[in-house]
Amino acid sequence: MISVVRLRLYLSKFSLRFPVLIVIAIVLIIAVFSRCNGDADAGASVPGTIDFNFHVRPILSDRCFKCHGPDAAAREAGLRLDTEEGAFAALKDDSLRHVLVAGDPLNSELFLRISSADTSVLMPPPSSNLVLTPNEIEIIKKWIAQGAKYKKHWAFIAPEKPVVPEIKSDDWSKNEIDKFILQQQKAAGLKPNEEATKEQLLRRASLDLTGLPPTLSMQDAFMNDKSDNAYEKMIDTLLANPHFGEKMALPWLDVARYADSHGYQDDGTRTMWPWRDWVIHAFNANYSYEKFVTWQLAGDLMDNPGKEQLLASGFNRNHKITQEGGVIDEEYRLEYVTDRTNTFGKAFLSITFECAKCHDHKYDPVAQKDYYGTFAFFNQVNEKGLVGDISLASLADPPNMKITTKDVDSILRFINKKDTGAVTVMIMKDSSVRRVTRVLNRGVYDQPGDTVQMNLPKAILPFDTITYQPNRLGLAQWLFDPKNPLTARVFVNRMWLEFFGKGIVKTIGDFGMQGDLPTHPELLDWLASDFREHGWDIKRLVKQIMMSSTYRQSAAISKKQMEKDPENKWYSHAPRLRLTAELTRDYILASSGLLNMDIGGPSVKPYQPKGIWESSTSGRGQLSKYVQDHGDRLYRRGMYTFIKRTAPPPSMLIFDASTRDQCEVNRIRTNTPLQALVILNDPQVLEAARVLSENLIKESSTEDEKILKAYRLILCRQPSKDEINSINAYYKKENERFSADKTRAVQFISVGEYKVDKTIDPVKHASLMQVVHMLYNLEEATTKS
Amino acid sequence: MDEFNKFRLNTTRRHFLTKAGLGIGGVALGSLLLPDLFGKKEDDTQALLAGLPHFAPKAKRVIYLFQNGAPSQLETFDYKPKLADMLGQDLPASVRMGQRLTGMTSGQKKFPLVGSAFKFDQHGQSGTWVSEMFPNMARIADDICVIKTIHTDAINHDPALTFFQTGAQQGNRPSMGAWMSYGLGSDNKNLPAFCVLLSRGRGNGQGVYSKLWTNGFLDSVHQGVVFSSGEDPVLYLKNPQGQDKVSRRDMLDELAKLNNMAFDKTGDPEIQTKIQQYEMSYRMQTAVPELTDLSREPDHIVKMYGADCLVPGTYAANCLLARKLSEAGVRFVQLYHQGWDQHGNLVGEMPLQAQDVDRASAALVQDLKQRGLLDETLVVWGGEFGRTNYCQGDLSKDNYGRDHHPKCFSIWMAGGGVKPGISYGETDEFGYNIVKDPVSVHDFHATMLHLLGMRHEQFTYRHLGRRYRLTDVEGTVVKDILA
Repeated sequence: MISVVRLRLYLSKFSLRFPVLIVIAIVLIIAVFSRCNGDADAGASVPGTIDFNFHVRPILSDRCFKCHGPDAAAREAGLRLDTEEGAFAALKDDSLRHVLVAGDPLNSELFLRISSADTSVLMPPPSSNLVLTPNEIEIIKKWIAQGAKYKKHWAFIAPEKPVVPEIKSDDWSKNEIDKFILQQQKAAGLKPNEEATKEQLLRRASLDLTGLPPTLSMQDAFMNDKSDNAYEKMIDTLLANPHFGEKMALPWLDVARYADSHGYQDDGTRTMWPWRDWVIHAFNANYSYEKFVTWQLAGDLMDNPGKEQLLASGFNRNHKITQEGGVIDEEYRLEYVTDRTNTFGKAFLSITFECAKCHDHKYDPVAQKDYYGTFAFFNQVNEKGLVGDISLASLADPPNMKITTKDVDSILRFINKKDTGAVTVMIMKDSSVRRVTRVLNRGVYDQPGDTVQMNLPKAILPFDTITYQPNRLGLAQWLFDPKNPLTARVFVNRMWLEFFGKGIVKTIGDFGMQGDLPTHPELLDWLASDFREHGWDIKRLVKQIMMSSTYRQSAAISKKQMEKDPENKWYSHAPRLRLTAELTRDYILASSGLLNMDIGGPSVKPYQPKGIWESSTSGRGQLSKYVQDHGDRLYRRGMYTFIKRTAPPPSMLIFDASTRDQCEVNRIRTNTPLQALVILNDPQVLEAARVLSENLIKESSTEDEKILKAYRLILCRQPSKDEINSINAYYKKENERFSADKTRAVQFISVGEYKVDKTIDPVKHASLMQVVHMLYNLEEATTKS
Repeated sequence: MDEFNKFRLNTTRRHFLTKAGLGIGGVALGSLLLPDLFGKKEDDTQALLAGLPHFAPKAKRVIYLFQNGAPSQLETFDYKPKLADMLGQDLPASVRMGQRLTGMTSGQKKFPLVGSAFKFDQHGQSGTWVSEMFPNMARIADDICVIKTIHTDAINHDPALTFFQTGAQQGNRPSMGAWMSYGLGSDNKNLPAFCVLLSRGRGNGQGVYSKLWTNGFLDSVHQGVVFSSGEDPVLYLKNPQGQDKVSRRDMLDELAKLNNMAFDKTGDPEIQTKIQQYEMSYRMQTAVPELTDLSREPDHIVKMYGADCLVPGTYAANCLLARKLSEAGVRFVQLYHQGWDQHGNLVGEMPLQAQDVDRASAALVQDLKQRGLLDETLVVWGGEFGRTNYCQGDLSKDNYGRDHHPKCFSIWMAGGGVKPGISYGETDEFGYNIVKDPVSVHDFHATMLHLLGMRHEQFTYRHLGRRYRLTDVEGTVVKDILA
């Protein structure tokens, strides 16, 4: 056991690099993260060395900044604690006293006020409903005693590529990711799990890279490939699979609040699906993140933009658009600009930008003026708040662009247009006359205040008008400036989330002062820097993660791991994660053989319980009735299910899908009885079970072989002896039940529109279908593990 | 259960807390959607939830009869004879005071005042004014508290509805019911804490949207569960053809057996949770249809609510179902009844709307009262804004319409600690501005939370760095209407 390591804590980058006792390191880290639950007392002892970023600011930000922070209008007693100069200034009403006296807590008003027994002077005041715990007070006291040193918020300092830690006798690490992970894992007293089995690895990678289970031939090929680089070959094959683009597009559709209807009251149809097809294409063609984002933010402003760039710019038109007759045009036009501004802040910067719409941000250095400075970039579109009510509804309000069959045959080959008619999509186009942007007092559309110029929060990175053009293209350049501290970190963190189920920064949408600190700050910065240095290459980043030992661990959880690290913060095992709404559907359809593998195209309307649209509609517009599709349109992937915003697909919502009302960067994962009911009773699932069992019965194999094959298709592994014995016994019992009541068997296999093969014995069919359906309901079937 | 598994399960509970991002104090009490995880006595989560409610509640449950589309205050509870006297005269600018108008009337050259075509009378000992269209609600005048001075910020349906349900016109904030589910959970572990019932009237309708019962940034278990009138009261509840309770039981047993084998290998406590959720879904399949079966209600109840209550999907049926759900412990039952948007033909449409809701709304209050439940159940009746005192479009001899009006409208509340038999607040003689005791939507929310035993400033949820409240940054409890 190494007693001392040079654990270069992330925080040390901004001061000294210092050797720290491993024990202290653990305490520090635990102390930091045990405060994730906000109001809880840290519970741990006070760390030996207090760090502003890790220990003090979270307390000040959460409990003090609301009245003593960046928001000038809400600031009490002229005191601000978010800046060093503010905090060290003399008191406004007593120039001899100071809020902070370095090294002297007992003469620091801050400490005296937070520790006072007199509630009339106590801070935070009882009326604020905020309290400091004894432990937090002790931390602040010690911090002052140690010199009360301030530091800039970590996320606003551009990442520098950290040195990869050297770890003695490390035969586990496969790449840099592992070194960082292993270092902190060891510090926490944990060891990595063994590598997952080949079966597990294939299924995991296939789900992560294509969102589909591996086919039997993929399973056989990988199991039989004994070469040293079998795993890497498998990963490369999956990265080249055209379904990779679909899988990667899924979270981006949440970010971009993509939907097939306009949202708001009457909620008519829109045709933005060609934009969605472009996203899939962009991932498959491995556009760099820079190109991917720049085209979406400013494709229309590039030199001689082609139709593809214009199409990409539709990103900023995916917001909701009202068709409610009688609304005030300007109110809604500004609402759209607001949505774009908020989306920009959340999607690319992970800053809660929208907080600064009505007043200066309470916690982060984003003034209301900064907000409207950013707003100005998106405020130039030649658009209306209300183009027409539902009776005059358009599928794509101007500015828009027509995509013809000729376009699709030549330049826009990735669009899966099904007919010969043209399709119109919304795009961005600024008006030739610059619109003046004003601060809106309290965020209200008819309360304009001071005029602002296009600008961005200087605390993140000053918007240098010499370097950047004052338009959305300049905005994109600012985003990809190597000095921008957030862009790469934010994206890398979201990619990490895709594979590990949580971010290195847990608050995916908030890298600000109120957000969680990164669990692995150096890893985050290393990945971010490396990603930027290598041309923002997304496939490369993904492969890097996939190749790591961290990723390849087994998902089994030991008692020790459960005790020491119930949240698996230190990644000593792989996560087990329930599949998302769309992937749950895909998994069942794909393994049954029913899945329509078509990529892109107009969204479809599969089975849906009756009355969902009808019971909530105003009765106007073409979406007042749900007209279900038929044939192979019933079996498309979940991402192609038509999203009507005011009544989203119910089985998707039950599995925590986004309603696409606004930009979302992180889905919640729940485990509820309503989900059980979907897999138990949704005709889509039952039909899949019917079709798979039918196909199996038609094969010339024994019953045991059919069951085994179903098992391998659905669980993607060989069953244990106990498992298969139990399943075979279950089959026998069901077979007896259906034999005794053939009518029930006939009823059971009547589900769904896919044609039934009447030559098959219904009792046999129903019995096997029962087994297949049971397998779909296994926890493991819809869990990535 | 051996010690290890116990430990794992306990860890799951804690794990669930943090995983859902709720943190301490962040999890609802037992409800259908958070079943046994949180229901057990020895469970440490009980302690974590300490603090809610903040004080002894008057109301334990809420039934909200939302009149979607905005019924006119001038034809329901706010009697303004002056408007009849001034028929056809232009709304004085001194009254309008620059109030913004919707795009539907902002182009009008004239704003001809129009009084109610329906007679008003005073009712009960309280002398509450009620229009003749609502004879049954008039009969319960002494049980209800009419607030005549609700006002809102929005002038169009979507933002106004969203504001009423979530406390904000835009954005994806949790709805009232989701907040209740989050804060107080459900008294019945076999039912969701927040149920939604939809019906459609015969007047001009404006639609409802799932964001009105959204969980917003709260965990999705707090999402309103829509109970539909179709054959499946809850989506996907019914067994498929060819399956029954016995075969389902066998399937669940087989699943549990195989899931447990997987648990032995992987040790993931989520597997145990999954097994429990399947059990819960199985219990729901019995509990829910029993509850939603209205056919076995006794005659006197059917008479009270009206024969329509046996027609699934009607407002009357939903009122009766609301009573049953509430009685069974559902924290928040939200009804939406469409059809109150009388821009034109108010004289033709509004009586039809009234016919559909009058009897059942009153019956619900009476029914709760006779069961001794009214004291602990808050019933609310009202829409998202009011309507203009002037006519939209042409004023004809015997018909008129009214545009949206945000500055005053009437709702009523009953039971659950609200003072019965009073009218609160006063509007001017034009029925346009408030002259005494305004009640904002935030005030209304604050008051409702107060009745449920919660201090609205302290009932918060931290999301992306900010502590959110149903009342945003405003709201004052209307003390004068508390019993």
